[in-house]
Amino acid sequence: MLNLSLKEISNALEEKKFTSVELTQFFLNRVKKHNPSLNAFITVDEGKSLAMAEKSDQLIQSGKKSTLTGIPIAQKDIFCADGWKTTCGSKMLDNFISPYDSTVINKFNNAGAVNLGKTNMDEFAMGSSNETSYFGPVKNPWNLDCVPGGSSGGSAVAVAARLSPAATGTDTGGSIRQPASLCGFTGLKPTYGLVSRYGMIAFASSLDQAGPMAISAEDCALMLDVMTGYDERDSTSLNRKKENYSNSLDNKIEGLKIGIPKEFFEDGLDSDVQKLIEEALKQYEELGAQIIDISLPNNHLAIPAYYVIAPAEASSNLSRYDGVRYGYRTKEYDDLMDMYFKTRQEGFGDEVKRRILIGTYVLSAGYFDAYYLKAQKIRRLISNDFKAAYEKCDVIMGPSAPSVAFKSGDKQEDPLAMYLQDIFTISTNLAGLPAMSIPAGFVNELPVGLQLIGNHFEESKILNVANVYQKNTDWHLQSPKGID
Amino acid sequence: MDWDIVIGIETHVQLRTNTKQFSGASTKYGSEPNSQACLVSMAYPGVLPVLNKESVNSAIRFGLAIDAEIASKSIFARKNYFYPDLPKGYQISQFELPIVGKGKLSIDIGDESKDIRILRAHLEEDAGKSSHGFLEGKSGIDLNRAGTPLLEIVTEPDLNSAEEAVTYAKKLHNLVQWIGICDGNMQEGSFRCDVNVSVKKKGSTVLGTRREIKNLNSFRFIKQAVDYEVNWQIERLEDGGKIEQATILFNPESGETKSMRSKEEANDYRYFPDPDLLPLVISDQDIAAIKKLMPELPEEMKTRFKKELGLSGYDATGITSSRNVTKYFLKLIDLGASPKLAANWILGNLFSQLNDKNIDILDSPIIPEQLSVLISRIEDGTISNNAAKKVFEILWKNTTKEVDLIIDELGLKQISDSNEIDDIVNKVLKSNLTMVEEFKSGKNKAFNALIGQVMKASKGKANPAQVSAILKEKLSK
Repeated sequence: MLNLSLKEISNALEEKKFTSVELTQFFLNRVKKHNPSLNAFITVDEGKSLAMAEKSDQLIQSGKKSTLTGIPIAQKDIFCADGWKTTCGSKMLDNFISPYDSTVINKFNNAGAVNLGKTNMDEFAMGSSNETSYFGPVKNPWNLDCVPGGSSGGSAVAVAARLSPAATGTDTGGSIRQPASLCGFTGLKPTYGLVSRYGMIAFASSLDQAGPMAISAEDCALMLDVMTGYDERDSTSLNRKKENYSNSLDNKIEGLKIGIPKEFFEDGLDSDVQKLIEEALKQYEELGAQIIDISLPNNHLAIPAYYVIAPAEASSNLSRYDGVRYGYRTKEYDDLMDMYFKTRQEGFGDEVKRRILIGTYVLSAGYFDAYYLKAQKIRRLISNDFKAAYEKCDVIMGPSAPSVAFKSGDKQEDPLAMYLQDIFTISTNLAGLPAMSIPAGFVNELPVGLQLIGNHFEESKILNVANVYQKNTDWHLQSPKGID
Repeated sequence: MDWDIVIGIETHVQLRTNTKQFSGASTKYGSEPNSQACLVSMAYPGVLPVLNKESVNSAIRFGLAIDAEIASKSIFARKNYFYPDLPKGYQISQFELPIVGKGKLSIDIGDESKDIRILRAHLEEDAGKSSHGFLEGKSGIDLNRAGTPLLEIVTEPDLNSAEEAVTYAKKLHNLVQWIGICDGNMQEGSFRCDVNVSVKKKGSTVLGTRREIKNLNSFRFIKQAVDYEVNWQIERLEDGGKIEQATILFNPESGETKSMRSKEEANDYRYFPDPDLLPLVISDQDIAAIKKLMPELPEEMKTRFKKELGLSGYDATGITSSRNVTKYFLKLIDLGASPKLAANWILGNLFSQLNDKNIDILDSPIIPEQLSVLISRIEDGTISNNAAKKVFEILWKNTTKEVDLIIDELGLKQISDSNEIDDIVNKVLKSNLTMVEEFKSGKNKAFNALIGQVMKASKGKANPAQVSAILKEKLSK
């Protein structure tokens, strides 16, 4: 059951080689065995998962099976799931049992998939190393001294260590792609608006987007088939015809124009990582693609703009955690203000507080124009850069992260260094574009990710381009040693 | 010293939609606390707002009714502040680009008409309610009202007295009910005014510093609060003091206003566009479709009533002062009453009783079907106007009684039989020869005295018009 693709698992369930209950139990056992050292899951509920598996087995028995029916999926703890503790990695929601399903969870439930558990994450998805979680740091299975990346670090490790066949993540500034790069698997952030945000706990509403995290592009396509679709409960959800992302995976890529932004290869990129990215590009050329030099001249403004817009939205989104209706409330307080202050002081971690402070500042009277409005202007410039680039090329490629996984604690005291982890991923969130990270080799036995960025709604194309590469390489099939 | 009073009003109009501004929860008033607090109303993690199309249509209707520009693109913004009955920690409102732009509403002050400029009207959501005191040391939060759709309507500072402020508020109150966007129930908070008051030296072009009286939910309170506040400001200035910008509350029990917070304590609301909601785009076709469904507006109807029914300005204004009054009036006309008499009776006897008992005309004990019978008995000469007033009083107390039965029982029927009147007149002329002589010698007064005698002889029942005509004829012979 280990190392099977989603399609292979699906076929095996169909052919009754094993049941969903057996499969689910197999992965639950792996979680039980490895979670103490990896800390990938915040909540595991064997009873719930197995009950879902039983139901799925009945569906399979009665011939009502769809592709993901019976397959366990690890769910990032940012997705509200009815009856499940949903913490978003925060003490603030440590006692929060969601009374409803997010649209993403609902779609997996309708497909008959099994919820394997809720995965660890940076608190409120704020972080690039999974060290800001109230539930402790997640460890990189390739090297337990290293971080897995973040914020979807728990889901990343669940996939990389084969604790789950696949997982969900969310990506606001790189939170799917950077951990995919650091943990060596395939992750996709869709076009903004493609996957409903309903029930996905908000960090920065105009940037947040849910996506699949799995071994291969093929698996991601199957996940995406389930996750996408218009949702009237999310006003920013796009009302367009649903695509089948698995249909065009094997299209030929001869003549494909790959744009290489020179800004992605300037300062900050580790030279060993650069070498591997260049090798991957060479391989694409051998497969018939054409490499074109492009420029994204405003890319250096992406991080500053992001660290105005995202905290601004977050400062407002996180106001609801006030101790009044649900979640954490401080034990003793004198009056209302005291209750607010203590609850939020005790309930939020440092990074969350930092971002609330930044966000509150940039929205304040007298600073709004200089920060928030200016950042929005930069956002438009960045979007225009991509628009111009896609006049010349079909997809854009570069590194997903500036380096391989770094040591735990290394950047914890230096927020700016941590923020630079997302230097290659953030601009696509600002522009709302779809992007992937796929494994492209190893530096010091740690994985390196190649980033593929598509034009709006071109998930099919980047999945196709990624799949062709994966059919000719086996980087994505490598798994960390010692996790058996 | 003489002072000018300057007033601007912000009115929160609760829209009459079945569901909330951004969720499907019910907006019904008076339910069990928190029974209408859905996940969105309670701001659960992960929930998102979805705009209520009905409330957008209501705003468009209002825009059309005040001849305002309706924005082809408007933006929802978050107004951030912490309060326990504001579950998200922000209110979704409109800030820079409201749905309704500049328009106007004209009010009648005496015989003069005055245009009050409307600066803007924007959509937003209401907060919940905090109740204090029923639990020892704790406050209760009811989120049933949280998320209820509001249209906030803002005037320019065009009002110059408490009377004008009340007239404007009444006019607006009528209009929003007239176009069907608000139930107008002020006790339940469906129509609340924030009144900005300042004073300046007579004729000065520089506006004084304003103080904002929050949340007035009755016309009487508006009058009292503005009067009190104006006096307070003038006294202070005349004593050499200064007015500080402030938000104040009116206490109906003491009749005084009291400062709630000063400008320095004011919140920085950190408005920014709500990233959960797309810009609201309204096409010309959308507006045209709603325009087709608009009713005739009170101002239009007023003009028409003057022109087509010959009503005076006073009557036409009164009759169109509320949708229900107009309905009552039109029903009377429909049943055959003359417009002039119908207006007189509604604005006179009926209003005086209704106001006295604080009853809406919709619930009037005397229904149009009864009043129309009474009016027709005046018109056909069965009873005099004075007799009709007596019938009306009986009818008010005993509404199940037939009008004609009351007339019979009181013996109020007029004598309109010309032979009978002829006989009475003859008798009177015979027994009042001196008066006849006086009249013939040129004393016109004697004519009225003779009429009086005839009426007396008929015990007041003779039709005065007929008496006058017959008497005139006989005397001229």
